[in-house]
Amino acid sequence: MTPAPRSVAAAAALLLAPALPAGASTFGDVDRGAALWAQCRPCHEIGEAARNKIGPNLNFVFGRKAADVDDFRYSEAMQRARNEGLVWSLDTLDKFIAQPNAVVPGTRMGFPGLSDPAARADVLAWLRKNSDNPRDIPEAPPTAVGTDHSVAPEILAIVGDAEYGAYLASECLTCHRAGGAMEGIPSVTGWPQEDFVVAMHAYKDKVRDHPVMQMMAGRLNNEEIAALAAYFADLGG
Amino acid sequence: MVLDRRHFLGTSVALTATLAAPVVWGQANGRPKVVVIGGGPGGATAARYIAKDSDGGIDVTLVEPTRDYYTCFFSNLYIGGFRDLASLRHSYGALASVYGINVVHETAVGVDRDARTVTLSCGAVLPYDRLVISPGIDFVEGSVPGWDVSAQHAMPHAYKAGSQTELAKAQVAAMPEGGLFCMIAPPNPFRCPPGPYERVSMVAHVLKQTNPRAKILIADPKEKYSKQALFEEGWQAHYTGMIDRLGPDFGGGNVMVDPGEMTVDIDGEVTRVDVCNVIPAQKAGRIAELAGLTDETGYCPIVPATMQSRLDAAVHVLGDAAHQGDMPKSAFAANSQAKVAAMAIRGALTGSKVFPAKFSNTCWSLISPENGVKVGATYEATEEKIAKVDGFISQTDEEAALRQATFEESLGWYAGITADIFG
Ligand SMILES: Cc1cc2nc3c(=O)[nH]c(=O)nc-3n(C[C@H](O)[C@H](O)[C@H](O)COP(=O)(O)OP(=O)(O)OC[C@H]3O[C@@H](n4cnc5c(N)ncnc54)[C@H](O)[C@@H]3O)c2cc1C
Ligand code: HEC
Ligand code: HEC
Repeated sequence: MTPAPRSVAAAAALLLAPALPAGASTFGDVDRGAALWAQCRPCHEIGEAARNKIGPNLNFVFGRKAADVDDFRYSEAMQRARNEGLVWSLDTLDKFIAQPNAVVPGTRMGFPGLSDPAARADVLAWLRKNSDNPRDIPEAPPTAVGTDHSVAPEILAIVGDAEYGAYLASECLTCHRAGGAMEGIPSVTGWPQEDFVVAMHAYKDKVRDHPVMQMMAGRLNNEEIAALAAYFADLGG
Repeated sequence: MVLDRRHFLGTSVALTATLAAPVVWGQANGRPKVVVIGGGPGGATAARYIAKDSDGGIDVTLVEPTRDYYTCFFSNLYIGGFRDLASLRHSYGALASVYGINVVHETAVGVDRDARTVTLSCGAVLPYDRLVISPGIDFVEGSVPGWDVSAQHAMPHAYKAGSQTELAKAQVAAMPEGGLFCMIAPPNPFRCPPGPYERVSMVAHVLKQTNPRAKILIADPKEKYSKQALFEEGWQAHYTGMIDRLGPDFGGGNVMVDPGEMTVDIDGEVTRVDVCNVIPAQKAGRIAELAGLTDETGYCPIVPATMQSRLDAAVHVLGDAAHQGDMPKSAFAANSQAKVAAMAIRGALTGSKVFPAKFSNTCWSLISPENGVKVGATYEATEEKIAKVDGFISQTDEEAALRQATFEESLGWYAGITADIFG
């Protein structure tokens, strides 16, 4: 499959984005890319049974319009980019993963960006190979910082009280943006509840480092974490 | 007694207010009414959460004289050249248009707690079922002998943001080569405990580039101050030999100023200075005092679980004006307290569910470019006070990458909290 030509509007939008590296024209090394994919895997799945997680599945992403996965709730920013004609190609993907917020200002993709052009070429080579052949993906266990923490099934099974979650969440919204925009602080809206619960317990159990989040999670009990997960899962758009 | 509790700001305004037949707004509809005095992090957050979460079930009026709010938080970064003034400015447009809050740009001049009304500078009288008051701070008169508000042009405080901050920045820029910047630091308790020292860092950053032989002198009545080890480490590393601090042992608590002569008298020794940043002792905003809500500390005692005044259950006091216990006077704290109060008020007026109060705070400070530090804590409501539960502070000797991440986080926090306050 050849990458679709990118639309004029998206090209214009990309040209306006400040100080981006020049567009990529080549794919890099697939094997090196496989290792780099570990940085995307906390949020994205790819392959036959790929589900939407914190981010949409990335099957057949080359040539796909932005915000095109039906049952994923994209940010308004990503939907706007789609309406302006953004289509994923080697070039647009390269710019996006270099600095997500510069290409789609207000995107909920909580990833700071890969500044090394060679690393981007490698990960895109891997993505291209596997995205277009989703059957070829070996089922790899997730290695995410937040999601590799094991949480007891009975804790994951707690059904959160979203009304309580709304009150508890008001404390989080001093830092995390309700609409999902991210700027120095990651977005936590629209996450699958399980990923959310696991991330919070990773801080609570001090498996994941961060003084603010360890403190915030440290005083929440299991029900409160479930309540927050329920509330944030439905927030944003 | 009704008359005893009728308090007014300034007699001329009071006269107009009593003589003119008072206009009483919004009595026609039956929704419960909340009046909020002060549109800072405390008041504006409370107004927004009450309006948003009651879905129009509560009639909310926000009284705030200024049309544009300039945040004190990040105003030091403006002084340091890291932000422009416009980035500190926020309007009340979304609170009015999106959240249906009646935003009134007037000053509250009196509160009649028996009649449950607030009188505005225009003479209008607003009835309330619950009053929220978050007027910030005012300065204690005479706390720095020789200084009063009429001298704030010669010796700015820059502790209420806007023109004062602009003035302080301009004065630093205009300092003569090798000149002296003096800060008179305030005694506890005051707004933003690390604020004066972050300011010194930012002034030092500017001087290092434009006027490297200039010096900074701090006269400080306090033994210790917030994040002291972190600031001292940073000053040593980045502004070597530029900053001197005289604590109480060296007369830092015995200070007089002469704004006409631009001199500072520290424990009898008179020094000519080029810029003098006087940050006086502080107390709750004047309207809280006039409403009879303050105690001997100059601040308003509150019930931690709801932020209700201990003197009047129909009034909630938030932010810098509250005498609440362990939380610092910060925008983060005011915003956190506002959410607890909003929940309690909705519960009382509409019967919505009430949950246990939770409070938190984090304060970032910038020491030099991309060198951010932070201190934070969580709190709970006890009978007696808002009590600290757990906390953390940045460590000395941290790596540059961590300091940079901390700084970037603070930018995210600013964007987040201002969206949370102003919509
Ligand atoms: C230099 C500096 C740096 C700071 N940095 C930080 C920081 O990094 N992080 C942080 O969390 N905090 C910081 N702060 C502290 C923060 O600015 C205050 O704690 C916060 O603004 C308190 O909010 P508030 O709602 O209590 O009062 P304010 O923000 O002072 O708001 C009070 C409002 O009430 C209005 N008002 C007063 N009287 C009346 C009346 N009679 N009628 C109607 N309206 C009235 C005023 O116009 C004002 O808008 C800093 C402060 C300073 C000075
Ligand atoms: C912290 C989670 C996270 C990480 C890590 C992450 N992403 Fe994303 N990604 C998202 C989210 C959330 C979205 C949806 C963004 C929106 O709606 O604004 C997204 C969107 C995308 C899109 C657009 C998809 C579409 O359907 O339009 C692409 C392409 C993408 N990510 C690629 C990557 C790649 C490649 C990496 C690794 C280099 C990566 N992402 C890392 C969360 C993440
Ligand atoms: C003082 C600011 C602040 C507050 C308040 C705060 N957070 Fe965070 N949060 C952060 C920062 C900064 C990070 C990134 C931490 C890291 O690098 O691990 C983060 C990370 C997270 C993550 C993981 C995000 C990811 O991409 O993996 C989750 C989930 C989260 N926070 C949830 C919450 C919840 C729920 C609350 C309220 C109970 C909350 N946060 C309150 C600042 C804050």
